[in-house]
Amino acid sequence: MQHEDKTVQKKNLYGIEITKDLTIPKLFYEKAEKYGEGRIAMREKEFGIWRPITWKDYFENVKYITLGLIRLGLEEGDKVAMIGDNRPEGLWAEMATLCARGVGVWLFRDCLIDEVKYIIDHSDTKFLFGEGQEEVDKALSIFDQCPKLEKIIWDDPKGMRNYDQDCLISLKEVQELGRELERQQSTLFEETIEKGHGDEVALLFYTSGTTSLPKGALLSHNNMLTMGQHLMTVDPCQPTDDYASYLPFAWIGEQMMSISCGLQVGYTINFPEEPDTAQENIREIGPHVMFAPPRMYEQMTRTVQVKYLDAPWIKRKCFELSTKIGYHVADFKFQKKSVPWYLTFFNWLANIAVQKKIKDHLGLSRVRNAYTGGAAMGPDHFRFFHALGVNLKQIYGQTEVAGISVVHRSGDIKFDTVGHPIPETEIKITEDGEILTRSPSVFLGYYKNPEATEETLKDGWLHSGDKGFIDDDGHLVVFDRTKDVFTLRDGKPFSPQYLETRLKFSPYVRDSWVIGDQRDYITAVICIDYAVTGKWADEKKINYTSYQELSQMPEVYDLVEKQIIKANKDLPESARVEKFVNLYKEFDADDDELTRTRKLRRAFVEKRYQDIIEALYTNNDNVHIDTTIKYEDGREAHINTDLHIRRLKIED
Amino acid sequence: MTVSKELQEQDILLELDDVHMFFGKVCALAGVSLKVRKGEIHSVIGPNGAGKTAMMNIINGLYSPQKGNIFYKQKKINALKPFQRAQLGISRTFQKVEVFGGMTVLDNIRLGRHIHMKSGVTSGSIYMGKTAREEIEHRRFIEEQIIDLLEIEHIRHRPVGMLPYGLQKRVELGRALALEPELLILDEPLAGLNLEEVEDMARFVLDVNEDERWRVTCILVEHDMGVVMDLSDRVFVLNFGNMIIDGSPDEVQNHPEVIKAYLGEEDLYATRR
Repeated sequence: MQHEDKTVQKKNLYGIEITKDLTIPKLFYEKAEKYGEGRIAMREKEFGIWRPITWKDYFENVKYITLGLIRLGLEEGDKVAMIGDNRPEGLWAEMATLCARGVGVWLFRDCLIDEVKYIIDHSDTKFLFGEGQEEVDKALSIFDQCPKLEKIIWDDPKGMRNYDQDCLISLKEVQELGRELERQQSTLFEETIEKGHGDEVALLFYTSGTTSLPKGALLSHNNMLTMGQHLMTVDPCQPTDDYASYLPFAWIGEQMMSISCGLQVGYTINFPEEPDTAQENIREIGPHVMFAPPRMYEQMTRTVQVKYLDAPWIKRKCFELSTKIGYHVADFKFQKKSVPWYLTFFNWLANIAVQKKIKDHLGLSRVRNAYTGGAAMGPDHFRFFHALGVNLKQIYGQTEVAGISVVHRSGDIKFDTVGHPIPETEIKITEDGEILTRSPSVFLGYYKNPEATEETLKDGWLHSGDKGFIDDDGHLVVFDRTKDVFTLRDGKPFSPQYLETRLKFSPYVRDSWVIGDQRDYITAVICIDYAVTGKWADEKKINYTSYQELSQMPEVYDLVEKQIIKANKDLPESARVEKFVNLYKEFDADDDELTRTRKLRRAFVEKRYQDIIEALYTNNDNVHIDTTIKYEDGREAHINTDLHIRRLKIED
Repeated sequence: MTVSKELQEQDILLELDDVHMFFGKVCALAGVSLKVRKGEIHSVIGPNGAGKTAMMNIINGLYSPQKGNIFYKQKKINALKPFQRAQLGISRTFQKVEVFGGMTVLDNIRLGRHIHMKSGVTSGSIYMGKTAREEIEHRRFIEEQIIDLLEIEHIRHRPVGMLPYGLQKRVELGRALALEPELLILDEPLAGLNLEEVEDMARFVLDVNEDERWRVTCILVEHDMGVVMDLSDRVFVLNFGNMIIDGSPDEVQNHPEVIKAYLGEEDLYATRR
């Protein structure tokens, strides 16, 4: 039924027609020819200066890496893995892999060695691009266990002077090989690109998975390109826009923005100097579009709240007043009512006096559309950004649809929904409430896992495993993952994620974990924010030496209790947290407690902290802990302590 | 005395010859001789109060010894003031960080470039043409060689006094390197650092010593035996103003007197492992 308007829709934007024949490299070739030296493709801050890379530089670099890879023996369909920070070389490597008709595999930079080994081995990776010494060390330590891995390519020479293993080769040398090959076969690059087809596999993406081992999703060129086109139809970007790339490339959202959308629109991609300087660098760039998981926005909210706590009286009052105005205006907008003239005026004042400055500090001053997705975001955070005047939108998607399938439209935002499907995307709800998606971007299947593919892909419909419904306005509402909707013993349902995000709105709480399925009442495990709570303790002249000690202070318990009481307000009595405990450490992806995108792995923590759960549902005041923690470099520390359990005071 | 190899004259960058140092009647150094070869990391260890820092101060010119000579590149430098020695290429860090707390990281490091600045006050105040170009050249050096090496991009514009101790130590090393020294004196660079910072710092010292770009000879005063034995080409052991031994790390670890006086009978690598 959608076939007629397909062609109309396909060419209207940026003059690109996405046919089955089009591949990412072909589009790249076209864009590079079009823009050449005249336009900046990307920027990287290096040695304190933003250094531009034109489309011509981009093209040349990719070309010689491509030819170098072919010279090294890359054949069609071979896998090439990449690990490292966001930097131009990473994107070049990925583009070169695609140009050489290989398949790109991205790894999270902070992956532990076992995960790296699993992915490299499972994906049959032939070449691995690492950034510098750290990545090379990781790769070398698994080299013998991954027989298919042939070469490790590095680009940062720092610390590499004593490495002379045969399997190592620098990016410069690869490009040199490419130049040699070009002298022999001058049109090989163009010919190789020409051979590609849109249905070929472009990327092999490992999903983080809250439950089991990572699964490799196969995405075709066509999947990626249609995704970019559909998102850009909803919220068009300009070729003159700026985009900041600082989230891991191993996350589908970043791929969608940098490759799928970036290539079609041709906006400038900006890479920060170091991960530590990202926030500062984003402020310098002032991107026009932003896509980040909720934790980034939560972090921004926390930054503002902490600054607020630190500010002198007059500034605090100004902030309070302007946010109050902002909230009023946002509420009018949420209800799709027109904002009264006096509020518009006050909001204008508040914007000049406060909001503009805050947005500038957060790097949001020019942002037209900010997206969040990948996990649940609390309404408090959501309203906070709209009160500032940031057009924050929820999206819903997954790796298996190459990015997103549902998004809010400007002016039609409801914070408990994720919006409408993007063009050419159909959403269906099964009788059990499972969300099904069908679109040209739905993936090809899981790599070497036919059972999982069969379970997920049925007649072209993607079975997400998520539950939800479509509301009266046609918005999709996503429940938490099926197993995460809990019922108390008396049958009353509650959503743990909702409670958790509410608790996390407090700057003192970094992570929270709500328990109560098939229990008599709800309890919470709290991870305090070390920096913020630590600062609070400093001001109160409370001495502490470690996270563990700070978390167990009675004063800190009082503080957290206050935060929970705040979060409990306006909740039905049965859905309130009754008891809580401060954990002796923060949840960490390295301990498998969170996924790499910081989603709580409930089943795992339930098993790991069984003692704590038991203690929360008995009359104990204390729970004894005897355990080991694993650091990123593989070292372990032993913890032996008592955790205090606090029951909330009964309020009126 | 166990000097395994015959020392070539031109290989020696710095030499202390029978140096005596008294404070009143207290003898801090009683006839100490040290030969530091070009391109090596030469460690000086010894218990507290052994005279290690006094020795460093003599090399750097803060103290002048009552007796004995100091040679740098075969030239006697006894009479030179600290700043003149800095111009010769001797740079140092201090046991307790001596940074300018109110200034930014960048300014602290810039200060180390001072001796390489050619323009004076007048041309600096006009700041055109040559002076501006010179400034940019120096900034480029600082950014590309030092800030990148020490991984301090994120604190470039922060006042040093606000930084944690470990980073302050790094800034101090940065300032010492800005001098582009040939001889770098590191006075307890690892004291007070946590394990991660120790590993970073050890890596930086190795980089500076081994990297083609730098090739700086280092004198390292340190208590962390694990690091000393791993990094050093030679180790000099000092005990109350007297040298016990000057040899390779292996020789030092097996020397009975060193074990008795300083290391104890325990496993040498017990520290920090």
